[in-house]
Amino acid sequence: MITTENLCVSYNGRTVLRDATIEAKPGSILGLVGPSGCGKSSFLAALNRLTEIIPGASVSGRIQFDGQDIDTAFPSSVELRRHIGMIFQKPNPFAMSIRRNLELPLREHGIHDRQHLGQICESVLRDVGLWDEVSTRLDQSALNLSGGQQQRLCIARAIAIKPQVLLMDEPCSSLDPMSAERVEQLIDSMRGQYTILIVTHNLAQARRLSDQITIFWTEDGVGRIIEQGDTETVFNETSNAIVDSYLTGRKG
Amino acid sequence: MRSDQSLTIITRALAVISAAIVLLIVLFLLRESTPALRQLGWSRFFTDASWHPLSGQFNLTPMIVATLVTSSGAIVIAAPLGIGSAVFVNFYAPRRLAAWHRRLIELLAGIPSVVFGLWGLVVLAPIIATFGGSGQNLLTATIVLGLMVLPTVALLSDTAIAALPREWIQGAAALGMGRSAIVGWIVLPGARRGIGGGIILALTRALGETMAVLMLAGNIVEMPSSLLSPGRTLNANIALELGYASAGHRSVLFVSGLMLMLVVSVIVLFVSRREGTRRDG
Amino acid sequence: MDSGPATSRAIEVRHHWREFCVAVAVWVAATSVICVLIWILADIAIRGLAEVNFGFLIEDVQDAGRVGGIGPIILSTGLILLVCLVVAVPLSFGTAIALTERLDKESWFARNVRRSLDVLAGVPSIVFGLFGNAFFAIALGLGYSILSGGLTLACMVLPILIRTSEQAIRAVPAEYRYAAAALGMKRTTILFRVVLPVAMPALAAGVVLSIGRALAETAALIFTSGYVARTPESLLDSGRSLSVHIYDLAMNVPGGGSKAYATACVLVVLLLAINAATALLLRLAGLHNRSTTGGSL
Repeated sequence: MITTENLCVSYNGRTVLRDATIEAKPGSILGLVGPSGCGKSSFLAALNRLTEIIPGASVSGRIQFDGQDIDTAFPSSVELRRHIGMIFQKPNPFAMSIRRNLELPLREHGIHDRQHLGQICESVLRDVGLWDEVSTRLDQSALNLSGGQQQRLCIARAIAIKPQVLLMDEPCSSLDPMSAERVEQLIDSMRGQYTILIVTHNLAQARRLSDQITIFWTEDGVGRIIEQGDTETVFNETSNAIVDSYLTGRKG
Repeated sequence: MRSDQSLTIITRALAVISAAIVLLIVLFLLRESTPALRQLGWSRFFTDASWHPLSGQFNLTPMIVATLVTSSGAIVIAAPLGIGSAVFVNFYAPRRLAAWHRRLIELLAGIPSVVFGLWGLVVLAPIIATFGGSGQNLLTATIVLGLMVLPTVALLSDTAIAALPREWIQGAAALGMGRSAIVGWIVLPGARRGIGGGIILALTRALGETMAVLMLAGNIVEMPSSLLSPGRTLNANIALELGYASAGHRSVLFVSGLMLMLVVSVIVLFVSRREGTRRDG
Repeated sequence: MDSGPATSRAIEVRHHWREFCVAVAVWVAATSVICVLIWILADIAIRGLAEVNFGFLIEDVQDAGRVGGIGPIILSTGLILLVCLVVAVPLSFGTAIALTERLDKESWFARNVRRSLDVLAGVPSIVFGLFGNAFFAIALGLGYSILSGGLTLACMVLPILIRTSEQAIRAVPAEYRYAAAALGMKRTTILFRVVLPVAMPALAAGVVLSIGRALAETAALIFTSGYVARTPESLLDSGRSLSVHIYDLAMNVPGGGSKAYATACVLVVLLLAINAATALLLRLAGLHNRSTTGGSL
């Protein structure tokens, strides 16, 4: 679904990620793990060209979506981001009502019919298991929700515009354990419907969730990929010594 | 310790003096306006037949109207341009241009009001005169006043926009919202408090400005019938007449100063209270 | 999306159109502001520079300003600024020290001092003129004099000078204080030996900025330092500032336009120099104007 070839990311001329080549299979969950500062988040941001709005960032290498170069597949970043959604580490609902949070991107993409909007809102809120909790207070501020609810709202908001791919940057790490578990279950239930690339620091979570796994490592301040493959295979029988000691908690 | 204690006492005393200046100003304005307020009361400033201080006619209404018209007109000009500037430097300008733009706006803020007045008088007034009249009218004054208070709107809006959480903007971009949609739906509503504060502050600047308006508005005391008619603001009136005003007349000028001071202080206190609540909450 | 390719194309076109219109509007707003600024500066430079030469800067004012130079005006302006700074600087530094005494939380005292300074910052300049006239010139009996004018301006620049001094002092890293305090130094010693020297460039920037404000002021001076264009012999003489001179030439002296422009040119050059000096001092102090985000979406 998404493949990259020799993707490099640098900030103000300083390279933070080099030669990242991956393949995310349709409908599967790809886990991206590794110690902090090894370029995982930068990698993710490059995929939906969010690097464009990060001052000083530049990207080189190839990114393909469904076998087509993303530059030719999507004429604009706006179009691209409609197909590749993103969930951030810190839940980032807008400071407006729950309903408006969901409707704003939909309206932006040309859906104005009230009834239709209402249907989509309800169905995505049901998808993320938030409907029963918020259906009576859709017009209250989204900022009044708990952290976990906010994050699920953000996921609902992202899937409302029906992307094929979802990029998740440590979506559980700023949540309390209970909420984190809820969100993790949600992501697990989305397997098959979306191609998901998820960055996480939690190795156990990566093992539980992901079908394939990619391990990033830093050498001299530059991140690169040192191992990838089916999750269970990598966890059980890696031949790479660094990976082995990282996965067993002796390093990183 | 002795020296520490005396430092505290001395600096606190200086702080008290600094804070007391405002009270001193109010006190003197009140003292000087008392004779007029006692003899004439408040209502005659609005009900007298005209402004002829030498024959005891003290109607301030035309000047109050002129003050309000030029100030609000200045905001109508400054707000869109100032907010546009702030959006420009944050979202549209290439980086280097943004830095230059900010510097130039700060420069515009530093140009003295007499220089604005001189430019308006020599350059702008003849252009406005092609619409009729001498060119020294409320329109000319309003345009120049707008340019003068524009940096206030631009700089404060810029600060407010730059202080918005980056996650909102990244989140909106990740949802496939275009640049104008992000600005319109996320940035401007999110920064509306700061932008509003900038506009209110600009309004107090406009209400308080004397020289440029004095040089450009034509200074005839009459109820303005259109933007092209000349007018005189309260501030300009004080600047024009304080020099020769005798007892009663002088006292009325202080009353108009007191009015300006009260209006501006109420606005400032309102804004600072509002910002105080934001800091607490 | 649910919608077919045709409608999606239509939305796309509408989006492009909207992006284009908004971008044009924003660029037009920003450019027009800058063009007006350049227009004003160019106008002042073109009409003013022709008249400015060394003689103009030192000669006496003759024939109400139509002929001669602005020597006495520059002297008066300098003296007014001097009086203003001599009063405002100690008052401001003292107040700023008192306001930054407690770094953690704002006391009742500090909150109210700051509130009254906020109001002072908003007082219209003509009201300062009224006050200065009633208080310094008449009640204190200083008359129309450089002293009255300087003191009035001191009141006027106080809020900005206090605010910048306060920021300068707060910008000194707390670790410096802790380190000094851990060495058993007294608060006074810490302040004068550690904090103030580090804060000095930023404090100086605030002073320079205030000079700029004072130089630009007119309305507060007309009825305090007065109109007299002769060379002042003492601080109790009336003296005309550059800005008042421009106003007088432009409004009250037929044929004074070219000299008004020349004086405006001098004033603007001074202010540009002050602007540059402030920026330089702030850079020295490590207090850059907020990092320039800028950029694109």
